[in-house]
Amino acid sequence: MANINNKKESLDFVYDFYVKMKRNKINLAYEGEITHQITKAFTSLTETNMAREEDASSVQKKVFHVMVECLQNISKHAECSPDASGKKDGRGIFMVSKGDTEYNVTTGNIILNDKVEHLAQMLENINSKDKDGLNQLYKKQMREGHISERGGAGLGFIDIARKTGEKLIYSFIKIDEKTSFFVLTSTISRIKE
Amino acid sequence: MRVLKIQGSDDTPKVILDADSNTFEISGRSLPEDVVAFYDPILEWIGEYSQAPLDKTVFNFKLEYFNTASSKLLLDVLLKLEDMYDAGHDVLVKWHYPDDDEDMQEAGEEYADIVEVPFEQVSYSID
Repeated sequence: MANINNKKESLDFVYDFYVKMKRNKINLAYEGEITHQITKAFTSLTETNMAREEDASSVQKKVFHVMVECLQNISKHAECSPDASGKKDGRGIFMVSKGDTEYNVTTGNIILNDKVEHLAQMLENINSKDKDGLNQLYKKQMREGHISERGGAGLGFIDIARKTGEKLIYSFIKIDEKTSFFVLTSTISRIKE
Repeated sequence: MRVLKIQGSDDTPKVILDADSNTFEISGRSLPEDVVAFYDPILEWIGEYSQAPLDKTVFNFKLEYFNTASSKLLLDVLLKLEDMYDAGHDVLVKWHYPDDDEDMQEAGEEYADIVEVPFEQVSYSID
């Protein structure tokens, strides 16, 4: 009997989850490993939806771009969950929400505490710059940076900021002595400039 | 010299590097799973070609989309072309962008700013 009650509770959870997604206008939510196949599937799904919504092509391109960079960030940088074996697993949460005036792309993944300070400084530096400053920073990083083992060039966040023209909204939530949860939201205006 | 041809896909660009038919082109979308592995043969080909290039090399970029990791490798391609130009060869880069794509136009301007090689921006319209 207890078992059946538990299962009923989980059904209630499904409805609760559905209502919350609707309320927050989330049209895509995923938790798990972010692979190249997943990246391709999500971007192509969103492209199809946006084309149907008749968003301006410049808006569609920006959303596509932000999604790719965010998904690749998770697949390259996400650390494993605290209870797992210690290897990077490229897992995280990924959400896209659509309001009347904007799209929001949100990612969440685990990172090591000793990387928090460096990452926070990098994001603050990006947020302190205007478009010209971001262009200079991008050029400098493209010239001087190297492609890391995991295939990143350190350009993703800079490019998201300059393409969207919006500040990066982020937060670090401490999980334990070793790890934190890093959440980042990028906003793309649906109103054509 | 051998021809380098790569079919385009939804995440990799179409590449034609063919000295005999005077065609040098990278077009389409670029977000390969492994950017370094994808661009290595291209960089190697240009390296070989630059030993004995044609009198004039017109290199066409006609990209719809590229991710930031690709942007770094595209710069490496352009730097190879700059080396050729520095060595006294006639090189022209043509950067094609859709006329409604400001970001792609700006990307071209950015590269033109970084590399010292003759650079032409060409807009085209998509129906």
